[in-house]
Amino acid sequence: MTDQLRPDPGRMDYLDGNVLAGPLRDVFAVDLTTATGRCAACGQTGPMAALRVYSNAPGVVARCPNCEEVMLRLVRTPTSAWLDLRGATFMQIPMPAEPTMMPGPTAM
Amino acid sequence: MGIVSPGFQGRRRPTGPNLPPGQYLTEDFPVLSAGPTPRVSLTDWEFVITTETGAELRWSWDEMWALPTETPTVDIHCVTHWSKLGTNWQGVSLDTLLDGVDTAADYALVHSYGGYTTNLPLDDLRDGQAWVVHQYDGADLPAEHGGPARLLVPHLYFWKSAKWVRGIRLGLTDEPGFWETAGYHDYGDPWREQRYQGD
Amino acid sequence: MKRTGWWVARLVDRRVETDTSATLVLEVPDWPGHLPGQHVDLRLTAEDGYQAARSYSVSAPADGDRIEVTVQRVPDGEVSPYLLDGLSVGDRIEVRGPVGGYFVWRLTDPAPVLLVGGGSGVAPLMAMIRARREAGSRTPFRLIYSVRSERDIYFADELRRRVRDDQSLDVAYVYTREVPEGLSAQAHRIGVPDLNSHGWPAQLEPVNFVCGPTGFVEAVSDILVALGHEPRRIKTERFGPTG
Repeated sequence: MTDQLRPDPGRMDYLDGNVLAGPLRDVFAVDLTTATGRCAACGQTGPMAALRVYSNAPGVVARCPNCEEVMLRLVRTPTSAWLDLRGATFMQIPMPAEPTMMPGPTAM
Repeated sequence: MGIVSPGFQGRRRPTGPNLPPGQYLTEDFPVLSAGPTPRVSLTDWEFVITTETGAELRWSWDEMWALPTETPTVDIHCVTHWSKLGTNWQGVSLDTLLDGVDTAADYALVHSYGGYTTNLPLDDLRDGQAWVVHQYDGADLPAEHGGPARLLVPHLYFWKSAKWVRGIRLGLTDEPGFWETAGYHDYGDPWREQRYQGD
Repeated sequence: MKRTGWWVARLVDRRVETDTSATLVLEVPDWPGHLPGQHVDLRLTAEDGYQAARSYSVSAPADGDRIEVTVQRVPDGEVSPYLLDGLSVGDRIEVRGPVGGYFVWRLTDPAPVLLVGGGSGVAPLMAMIRARREAGSRTPFRLIYSVRSERDIYFADELRRRVRDDQSLDVAYVYTREVPEGLSAQAHRIGVPDLNSHGWPAQLEPVNFVCGPTGFVEAVSDILVALGHEPRRIKTERFGPTG
């Protein structure tokens, strides 16, 4: 984005990250919309479900709600799913403790 | 193939002989967007061609439209399967803009206000195949369709016709653009149905 | 639980909600259940294999294998007119879901709840209202429901009945085009006074669910933030006009 650009407040054609749940469910075993992600461009951290999703497009484009840079792109072809996450520096996914990996003493 | 819904047609019209494979005809003009619609004032607008040596040619809005324009009537084909026939545009041919540009480049990376990019061979911008257009159907090009000006390269899928075009970088190597790095075909010929990588 | 792919559902009933909407009751064998606020994707397939899918909110808690999906007609839409007119009781349709773990209300959360719905955006909020009642929860709920006119209210009778029978459920309407006779209010878009009078003070740390068209959700969440609510306590779901 450049400083001479202003997004048009009259055209609000995006949806919430919630709508990513269906398409991403085909790819991952967990619901990634409940994950927390960090925007690689501005550093803002927040739920993936709060991203701005543009889906009237050749693929699904999810943008940071703060700076509008692309955080995630998903393209479904007849034979594969292309997931581009270069705009997210990390994703933290809620997950229950895995007993076999619990730290601490174990009774043998 | 899922469960067939009796009587369900979808928003498609029958394909015709003048349509590329897998396309259906639409009468309206669907708006696709991968981000917020950028607004750029005409006083700030500029179009820049950058060569592989870093040389730049710039046109302001007034300079651009002082050049001779053409009024192509063309068919457009979107990779999302709709085609629209006989669309009317007005703009400057890339032949005019590239005339006198000293370059050995084979590739072009088109970039837009808002950050969108798309790539194509430089030859596909020459010989009356591409325009920078600012009028559609006799009126100023609406922002949702890429105004104030967009690229028009109708012989390739329409994602190559970048909305809100800002410039073209010429290069000796091919640099894939926004959709081309996300699974879409590098070239995108609708008649060969080059939708996705590997097609 | 089936992780990916599509379930085959059968339409068992269709209930008219307004002139432009209806609730589809679908039977989905082995349905794994869902949380209030989640959505499903419905997929149609034409005889030549062409497919179209759209997301819809589930508007009621699961009842065994039965789920309820409320569909608003999008004029000239590709899927919604077929769901409302073309699909017959007994016909089969594909369902993916439930999906979305973010815009959900959890019974275990004791925080008071504000629901703000615009038009058909009330559907997932209704699932929360119904789930709360079904579970016997006493969590205080308030609903602010923005509609064009009285005719456009979904679940009107049921909401009236629930408010009458339930001390800790309040419903306030905002009419954007036409105010019912006998009310003194003016038609208006939802604003600060509506959320101030009918929402919860930020100090109570409520959870706010906002669902509706993108512009509506944008306006309401801006107001809630201005009224001091923490952004993470404002959960939004935007509805797009995707036929």
